[in-house]
Amino acid sequence: MSRKTYLQAINEAIKQEMRRDANVICLGEDIAGGQGGSGEPGGVGSVFGQMQGVYKEFGPERVIDTPISESAIVGAAAGAALTGLRPIAELMFVDFVGVCFDQIYNQAAKFRYMFGGKAKTPMVLRTAAGAGFRGAAQHSQTLHPLFTMVPGLKVVMPSNPYDAKGLLISAIRDDDPVIFIEQKILFGMEGEVPDEAYRIPFGEANVAREGDAATIVAFGAMVPRALAVATEFARQGVSIEVVDPRTTSPLDEDTILESVEKTGRLVVVDESPPRCSMAADIAGLVADKGFGWLKAPIKQVTCPHTPVPFAPVLEDEYMPNPRRIAEAVKAVLA
Amino acid sequence: MQLSRDDLKRAYRRMVTIRVFEERVTQEFAAGNIPGFAHVYLGQEASGVGVCFDLTDEDYIGSTHRGHGHCIAKGVDVRGMMHELMGKRDGLCGGKGGSMHIADLSKGMLGANAIVGGAPPIAVGAALTQKYRKTGKVAVAFTGDGASNQGTVFEALNMAVVLKAPCIFAFENNGYGEHTAVSYACGAPSIAERVRGFGLPCDVVDGMDFFAVHEAMKRALDHARAGDGPYALELQCKRFLGHFIGDPQAYRTPSELEEARSHDPLPKFRKRVTEAGVLEAADLDEIDRLVAGEVEAAVASGMAAAVPDPSKDLTRDVYVKYG
Repeated sequence: MSRKTYLQAINEAIKQEMRRDANVICLGEDIAGGQGGSGEPGGVGSVFGQMQGVYKEFGPERVIDTPISESAIVGAAAGAALTGLRPIAELMFVDFVGVCFDQIYNQAAKFRYMFGGKAKTPMVLRTAAGAGFRGAAQHSQTLHPLFTMVPGLKVVMPSNPYDAKGLLISAIRDDDPVIFIEQKILFGMEGEVPDEAYRIPFGEANVAREGDAATIVAFGAMVPRALAVATEFARQGVSIEVVDPRTTSPLDEDTILESVEKTGRLVVVDESPPRCSMAADIAGLVADKGFGWLKAPIKQVTCPHTPVPFAPVLEDEYMPNPRRIAEAVKAVLA
Repeated sequence: MQLSRDDLKRAYRRMVTIRVFEERVTQEFAAGNIPGFAHVYLGQEASGVGVCFDLTDEDYIGSTHRGHGHCIAKGVDVRGMMHELMGKRDGLCGGKGGSMHIADLSKGMLGANAIVGGAPPIAVGAALTQKYRKTGKVAVAFTGDGASNQGTVFEALNMAVVLKAPCIFAFENNGYGEHTAVSYACGAPSIAERVRGFGLPCDVVDGMDFFAVHEAMKRALDHARAGDGPYALELQCKRFLGHFIGDPQAYRTPSELEEARSHDPLPKFRKRVTEAGVLEAADLDEIDRLVAGEVEAAVASGMAAAVPDPSKDLTRDVYVKYG
């Protein structure tokens, strides 16, 4: 066990799985970097450094730099997966899904069902998501609801370094297509991460903090924010439970419902515009299956129904922040 | 002629099977026995059979919305196909794919594809698997003239060249993308000329002549298998019917339709092999009889076959494992 960042946890998972299984290959834009330049290739290792050193260890046969052609990247990963490999494709920013979504939702996600259960598509699409980087409207979205509503896809949103490694290893070993959403704002987050390979199963929520006064369900980068708010409430003697579903598909409904049964009060924090968000999804789930336990109306803390703004003062207000989360918790406790 | 008598019989049988199967699909569709919509391959038999003739079950093809002919050319069983088109539980895809998603991975057939331009990126991926594993096998991306204008196809062509993928792009130019002529929709002087701009060879081939297609495909296979990267063919074909069954085709004159039929690949093949004295007319007639019986049996068993059971089949096979 040693302290590692979220970024290092991702990098370590990829390297360990590539050592373990020769069927694992990587493809994407600048995952090695520098191909065809006058200097040495391999020094970029993805724009945020997730693939640092992978090319050096595994070489160009397994770490394939592609043209900037997202449809071809995702489609090639799907085709390679369909014919026996376990590709890890990188979509540099999740915002770029607009140019390749067909290959994800009409192709990879549907092969198994359309072909009557005879196909396996064991691919991972890693992608960086989220606001807080002053990246503006086309480099800051989360878009996890878009993937979550597609049958055939699994959607993973790690909220800390330990989960990032364990969930990515599970994703690589999974036989279905997995969208692995890396939270940009968490890349530098440190935590204890075992050196050896380990798996965290999909569809098992993490109760990140136990409590009995109210439940916060939060996703990805919103989990640390929810935990910070819960810590503040604890100082005032109010114990808040924080549930991190870890994967939005499959979704661990049971843990969420058990928590709401215990607390009777629910806040959902989701870095997403409100319509058709995970916040709305969880609120709908609890209204459907746990209405009788509720002692107060459910509160949803989301982004506004706007594109992500550029100016820091606007972006900071766009994202669910501790102040807005705390206000919601106070409202359900009132 | 380098092809043996058995080879020629096999080629003829596959072409006739496509012809009889598709004619029957047209009838069964009209009779209401095939749900949804269907795009038939009538007229293009030589193209698919010529491209697939030297492929093994370990070579892959990605297909189009007009995929029945590609299936048969790749050796897929017509009984399973007909059952699938009828939406039956024991169809190739359990009745869940239908005409536009018919697939048989055991035959290297990676699926018809209802998204125009959907398959080429996938075929590049299948080709990368062959390159990485050094199998010497290839992947073929069947693409229509309509799809030749899609961005996915441009990306796939370029990436196949950059990564030297053993991928063969078979552009079947049947003159129309849906209901719009290629002369209108393709801004380049020709598909082949534009494809060459991506940095790979592209031969223009008479797609109505099995022998021409087969010869061109041999060049493509030699190139791809030698590790020289992708190769393309523009197969010039004639679509006998409309875009889909029932398309009134007001955009094509009667004389154009008649002219298209004059290129029929089946009499052309028959004439060539009988005049060369390689096969007798009786050999070919015998194949006609066998195929007619095979398709008849597929329809009869398809009509009698069970439909899927919603209580069991609706929600299964979305994932290998979920939750």
